[in-house]
Amino acid sequence: MIPGAFEYHRPGSVDEAVTLLTQHGDEGRVVAGGHSLIPMMKLRLAVPTHLIDLGSVADLKDIKAVGPVIEIGAMTTQHDLIASDLLAGACPILREVALTIADPQVRYCGTVGGNVANGDPGNDMPAVMQCLDASFLLRGPKGDRQVTARAFYEAAYFTARADDEILTSISIPAPATGHGYAYEKLKRKVGDYAIAAAAVVLTMEGGTCKNAAVALTNVGDTPIYVEAAGTSLVGTPVDDGVIAKAVAAAKAAAQPAADMRGPKEYRAHAAGVMVDRAIKRALARAKG
Amino acid sequence: MSDTTEMTLEQREATIGGIGCSRRRKEDIRFIQGKGNYVDDVKLPGQVFGDFVRSPHAHARIKSIDTEKSKALPGVLAVLTADDLKPLNLHWMPTLAGDSQAVLADEKVHFQNQEVAFVIGEDRYAVSDGVQAVEVDYEDLPALVDPKRALAKDAPVLREDVAAKDNVGQGPRKHPNHIFTWDIGDKGETDQAFSGAAVTVKEEIFYHRVHPCPLEPCGCVASMDKIKGELTLYGTFQAPHVIRTVVSLISGLPEHKIRVIAPDIGGGFGNKVGAYAGYVCATVATIVLGRPVKWVESRIDNLSTTSFARDYHMTGELAADKDGRITGLRVNVLADHGAFNSHAQPSKWPAGFFNIVTGSYDIPAAYVSVDGVYTNKAPGGVAYRCSFRVTEASYLIERMIDVLAQKVGVDKAEIRLRNFVKPEQFPYKSCLDWEYDSGDYHTALNKVLDAVGYKALREEQAEKRKRGELMGIGFATFTEIVGAGPSRNCDILGIGMFDSCEIRIHPTGSAVARLGTKSQGQGHETTYAQIIATELGLPSDDITVEEGDTDTAPYGLGTYGSRSTPVAGAAAAQAARKIRAKAQKIAAHMLEVAEGDLEWEIDRFKVKGLPEKTATMKQIAFAAYQSVPEGLEPGLEAVNYYDPPNFTYPFGAYLCVVDVDRLTGEVKVRRFYALDDCGTRINPMIIEGQVHGGLAEAFGIAMGQELTFDENGNIQGASLMDYFLPTAVETPVWETDHTVTPSPHHPIGAKGVGESPNVGGVSAISNAVVDAFAHLGVTHMPMPHTPWRVWKQCEALGIGE
Repeated sequence: MIPGAFEYHRPGSVDEAVTLLTQHGDEGRVVAGGHSLIPMMKLRLAVPTHLIDLGSVADLKDIKAVGPVIEIGAMTTQHDLIASDLLAGACPILREVALTIADPQVRYCGTVGGNVANGDPGNDMPAVMQCLDASFLLRGPKGDRQVTARAFYEAAYFTARADDEILTSISIPAPATGHGYAYEKLKRKVGDYAIAAAAVVLTMEGGTCKNAAVALTNVGDTPIYVEAAGTSLVGTPVDDGVIAKAVAAAKAAAQPAADMRGPKEYRAHAAGVMVDRAIKRALARAKG
Repeated sequence: MSDTTEMTLEQREATIGGIGCSRRRKEDIRFIQGKGNYVDDVKLPGQVFGDFVRSPHAHARIKSIDTEKSKALPGVLAVLTADDLKPLNLHWMPTLAGDSQAVLADEKVHFQNQEVAFVIGEDRYAVSDGVQAVEVDYEDLPALVDPKRALAKDAPVLREDVAAKDNVGQGPRKHPNHIFTWDIGDKGETDQAFSGAAVTVKEEIFYHRVHPCPLEPCGCVASMDKIKGELTLYGTFQAPHVIRTVVSLISGLPEHKIRVIAPDIGGGFGNKVGAYAGYVCATVATIVLGRPVKWVESRIDNLSTTSFARDYHMTGELAADKDGRITGLRVNVLADHGAFNSHAQPSKWPAGFFNIVTGSYDIPAAYVSVDGVYTNKAPGGVAYRCSFRVTEASYLIERMIDVLAQKVGVDKAEIRLRNFVKPEQFPYKSCLDWEYDSGDYHTALNKVLDAVGYKALREEQAEKRKRGELMGIGFATFTEIVGAGPSRNCDILGIGMFDSCEIRIHPTGSAVARLGTKSQGQGHETTYAQIIATELGLPSDDITVEEGDTDTAPYGLGTYGSRSTPVAGAAAAQAARKIRAKAQKIAAHMLEVAEGDLEWEIDRFKVKGLPEKTATMKQIAFAAYQSVPEGLEPGLEAVNYYDPPNFTYPFGAYLCVVDVDRLTGEVKVRRFYALDDCGTRINPMIIEGQVHGGLAEAFGIAMGQELTFDENGNIQGASLMDYFLPTAVETPVWETDHTVTPSPHHPIGAKGVGESPNVGGVSAISNAVVDAFAHLGVTHMPMPHTPWRVWKQCEALGIGE
């Protein structure tokens, strides 16, 4: 449980961090809250020789509304998400999700940027970001570019982010006022990775679903945005028959691996149950 | 003459703070301030560190080990391999079970993460780099993971070192992978009970492999003073005196030149009884280097290599009459002991006290047969809050009686009441040779049934079943056997399993007591002081309790198997009584009366009929160092070595209510009612704490903990990412209760309690889960009851969607 030797860098700006990352290539790794990378280093499963700590980079730690878009700096901690009045009003699902992540001590350090950038299929935020149709801002030696959360994840720990890029912020189109939302996470114990989890955001208007999105956590190599599940709800009163269709779509999309949390068929089934429950809870919360 | 004459009797009792009071734990003052002193807090001048190169393979031949690159690294001081230990004859060590165990893998590795080389360096960083730089060339061999395959003709032979031996310490063997067969009971009588039975039931019951996972892993600091030729060994030892003897026997160092110190220990649960390779390697390293060497496990090391628990594949059978009265019990066990037979239990008991398997029931005939086998898994086998296989035994009988209840259609409480040993039968001789000292099982269970409103619970369950909902009610009415043990039954390395206490009263009336046990969190500093306080009439606060330093404490066999109170607690009472007997002589001298004219009252001797003429123990203490009667030695101290006449038999009645989510398989423990009878209660708060802790661990075992292996012997889930340690959030609310049936042979009637909740808790939870499905014809479900396993049961019944 002792990491190998490494050089520690603490840049003061994103550009400085990008320069360091470019300089050190494969041997450099960016660390945010450290709650994924440092355990891997202690097990020597990750052996970066240059560790670039974003802790002193200004401007990466804020939550603000820019017109109809919510912008969250990459170094915003899970605790910051939970404590944010802005999010509590405009996008409360983030608070609900953050509260299911690990424990308070971890949430004081763990960052939303690290959570979404790491590409760990067990992380909770990526599916929620897909559900909210968020975009990630990446800065590299060639400047900034934006990638949507739905296009970001390629395989476990592989994302659209290039090795010399840093994820700097997350943009979320603010969900409509009165939207319904829910994150249902089946887990063995508090703070554990999900056996299966589902995020649902939907809007109702006059008893009919105007839009809906469904995404799954930890039932595949990547978070899974289940477009068909959302589509099946839109234009309906979201009754039991329609929900069953959405559940079936989600189960079909799930590609879980067997692990200590259960065999494949169970985890796919569990994903369906989580979707069912999340839709019903979101519906109960939706106004309109 | 007294300074407390103004106080009432009650006030004087309260001042003493003796047996029966819920005083706060003395040790918590330092623990809650972070001022405990654990092994990793021990920092000696010039101290260096050691750690292991471990095998990635479960079964492989070692073709070569190249340590050159490692030794060339800055800060690396030495690298030890089996070849380095051979000249000292320390590459293997004897186990407490009569087998031998590789200290560093000798030609072969037998389980994943087995110790292959020991790297010593200036700091942990250098050691870690050094471990990585050792190059080992392995030839992979087929791994034996399934114990059911161990005795097959074509099974790979694991232990080539003993393949030709017809005995590895515990009787004849029938296969190179076979360790022992142990059987007990009257087979003929049992067969007869079955052949004529109105009802028989049979069930395969597997108690899975788990690990106690104490908060603090194992570790030591070994320090050799080459000038004096003295070795000091600090370590996480539940039995420090035994460790001293073992170190002397295997190292050849004279025992008086070895000092073993167990400082504060962060939980043991049996995991810290055994002798591990780390202790031997750190000791060799300090002798070679002349510098103190520290070795402390990581969490993964702890979970994957140091002593596990259970792994018992059991087949239980009951014969009964048509009303469910048991007439016979038959049990066959295949015990997976891993790569070496190194379970730490009394030498004559290869399956521990598994023959307590008749439980709380009056069973006329029983036969038990246990076969131990080698597999490519870490060795161990008794640890985890269990008095030597009692947990397995109790789980078997508590499950089987439920299976029988379902078969004959008798309520699960009623079938227990019908079969319990009756109060008037005590002392009760079981058909498997134990003499139960005392018990009152009917009272205990009836109290629980009343407290929870059992009838209403069953009515609620019936209602829910009509609606397709799953609710289960589970019982455990267990009997423990603890306090190992009488030296006629029990020894370790030939040493009788007595324990000891030495008490010294200082002139001013305060005292120090030293015992042969070692607390790992049980609160000995508090409870032993309470026993002595009551016996001697001195305030608990004025009594210091010390354990764990073999240079100062009298020899004892340590703390495990709930033996501290039954054995060392008895020694404390007896030593105190010796002191009181001498104090009486001194008091008679002080008060100028005959000894027989005195009577004891809380904290003083009184002259019969002259209540104002008294001598308090405090006054007597001073007199003991000032003016003793002629012919009496000055001073006031005593030592007692207590060899118990029998075990103690704590028992309990537990009830658990669960609700099952048939769509997710989640089980919610809605209610848990635990009634324990541990005889005389020394500190009710500490008992309650022990019960809470034991139940939380029982919940972990029943609901999620397991160490499994893939077909290549790779251990699965040996980190806290996977291994289920419940938190306060998952842990149910525990309702506790008690009855008091004192042990008739123990000086203060106490029986021990630490393990009862784990023994009873697992069965109660598991029985509740199965009961939720009982109306659907389900008789058994394998532990742990994780959501996916429970859901699979639902799915098999067609109710999972």
